[in-house]
Amino acid sequence: MSKYADLLNLPDAQGHFGPYGGRFVSETLSHALEQLEEQYTRLSADPAFQAEFDKDLAQYVGRPSPLYHAERWSNHLGGAQIWLKREDLNHTGAHKVNNTVGQALLAKYSGKQRIIAETGAGQHGVATATVAARLGLKCQVYMGAEDVKRQAPNVYRMKLLGAEVISVESGSKTLKDAMNEAMRDWVTNVDDTFYIIGTVAGPHPYPLLVRNFNAVAGREAREQALQQIGRLPDALIACIGGGSNALGLFHPFITDDEVEMYGIEAGGEGIESGRHAAPLNAGRPGVLHGNRTYLMEDDAGQITPTHSISAGLDYPGVGPEHANLKDVGRVKYELATDAEVMEAFADLCKYEGIIPALESSHALAFAKRLAPTLGKDKHLIVNLSGRGDKDIMTVAKMQGITL
Amino acid sequence: MSRIKTTFANLKEQGRKALIPFITAGDPKPDATLEYMHALVEAGADIIELGVPFSDPMADGPVIQKACERALLHGTRLIDVLGMVADFRKTNDTTPVVLMGYLNPVEALGYENFVNEAAKAGLDGVLVVDLPPEEATEFSALLAAQQLDSIFLLSPTTTLERAKKICAATTGYLYYVSIKGVTGSATLDVDAVAEKLNLFAGITDLPLAVGFGIRDGATAAALGAISDGVIVGSALVGKVAELADQPEKIAPAMSQVLNEMRQALDKLPG
Ligand SMILES: Cc1ncc(COP(=O)(O)O)c(C=O)c1O
Repeated sequence: MSKYADLLNLPDAQGHFGPYGGRFVSETLSHALEQLEEQYTRLSADPAFQAEFDKDLAQYVGRPSPLYHAERWSNHLGGAQIWLKREDLNHTGAHKVNNTVGQALLAKYSGKQRIIAETGAGQHGVATATVAARLGLKCQVYMGAEDVKRQAPNVYRMKLLGAEVISVESGSKTLKDAMNEAMRDWVTNVDDTFYIIGTVAGPHPYPLLVRNFNAVAGREAREQALQQIGRLPDALIACIGGGSNALGLFHPFITDDEVEMYGIEAGGEGIESGRHAAPLNAGRPGVLHGNRTYLMEDDAGQITPTHSISAGLDYPGVGPEHANLKDVGRVKYELATDAEVMEAFADLCKYEGIIPALESSHALAFAKRLAPTLGKDKHLIVNLSGRGDKDIMTVAKMQGITL
Repeated sequence: MSRIKTTFANLKEQGRKALIPFITAGDPKPDATLEYMHALVEAGADIIELGVPFSDPMADGPVIQKACERALLHGTRLIDVLGMVADFRKTNDTTPVVLMGYLNPVEALGYENFVNEAAKAGLDGVLVVDLPPEEATEFSALLAAQQLDSIFLLSPTTTLERAKKICAATTGYLYYVSIKGVTGSATLDVDAVAEKLNLFAGITDLPLAVGFGIRDGATAAALGAISDGVIVGSALVGKVAELADQPEKIAPAMSQVLNEMRQALDKLPG
């Protein structure tokens, strides 16, 4: 039996993953979260709800996504075989839509007429605007003013889809501030508004339900590995913003003890520089946005600014389940710096004809480091969580090119 | 008897309502707070709530968000706020002081450390906005061991069943959030507030104070009439920004706002 079997029972009834998680919110939101938990528990046990979700994933999202052998890149690196879980091929171009399709169904059955979301890179915002359009619900997306600037294509996409993008000018003007504003909106409009959180963070039950909606990727990858490789992979690799694409891939393998797992945080300009977004590597436990987890904060408990080349990883916290997986040692959390990320990004374009998201390029950067240290008979699965079209402005700028 | 209990007992005897001003500690700079506290007492405050600045004040509207930013510009830490309480106690041993803020700065200091320092400073109670009773067992026990009150929030969305749990966990007084929204929001529905307060009054003997949406004498009186006291925050904190270039006028302006409320409350039939 797996030595990690107990991890499958988490979170507990209070939403705790070991000492992490929970429901740290102001009183006005408690009732809405209790209702959401009750609704999710009921619907997730309902085969009709599951069938509706599966149908949307197949016919709207385009699942299953392929598991692709990046043979030429693997040969170039000269070590382990790298396989890409192609979440970039999902409708809207990232894993985020798995979760928004699921939460949209919850919204539909809750009868609420308005949807709000926070977004960093804009992928979650686009995925939310998409499902809101499909349900004919009003949609407002909070996005840090800094991110509005660096992810302009996604801002326009959301507008085309009928959503209103609200630029957030408070604090550091990035993802955490967008989340603060979304929480403030929710507290004000809690009766008629469904808040679609974009990652495995926030108060219970969000970390649970976002993980479960994303776990379709891991379930598929496990089956595909058995068919295409003929066995389970040796390791899984995924980038960590809040951690939803990582948990989506990892969770169905949690009790496969022989499968190693690597979560890759944004190393930015390096840990020493202080300019990064790596709470699991350089932070400590605290409470933010409704849950206890590792945070980037100063000695007095004030949240500190983060830096990452990719807007989707530019967040000072991380999902509470990852905090626990770190402490129990099931997942190793490593870093990729901006410079390594740019190299891996270029590699994938050059050797495989795939433009990856800068977020996903963190996972690729670690694979690029790990693969050459392993034999050719080893197999790594990297979650290619999104496509990089949204990032071409950023990359061009890094190369000194104006488009 | 604790300062908070004594205060509410005296008020009850006099047939008066509690007036509870909230200001953000360290706003606009650390040495301003002590002066404001004394001025507020002078203007009729029964209890003072000191906001602990936090980088991510999720339950606050723009006025108090900005106050946090100003206070943090000068690096006001939780331990510094306790220092302000200690300074206040040097000349005032009767007015209760309650800290209101978010959990992370408390966790950073450590529960035990915080509680010991708070007791030494002469603090009376603590209200942590993002710490509901379900998560507060350990912290509340430590506070109780030092005779510090654990104050919790009730809201328009709180069910009677939840309210029972919350009341059971609370000491000192209950803070009813009058509206769904963040601090500084405008619209008040006095009838709706009265209905909820009636419901909650039936399950607790603790005083019920109401906050959010109190701007002037009229709103203070309207809510004072149906509760044991009112909490006023943004209307005071707003003066700091308004008078940024004449800082010497901030304390008098706060006093004037509070005094108008004091008079309106004291006109209520006892
Ligand atoms: C493509 C892509 N990957 C990863 C992330 C990071 O989120 P998470 O860690 O929740 O998967 C984002 C967030 O915007 C994203 O757009």
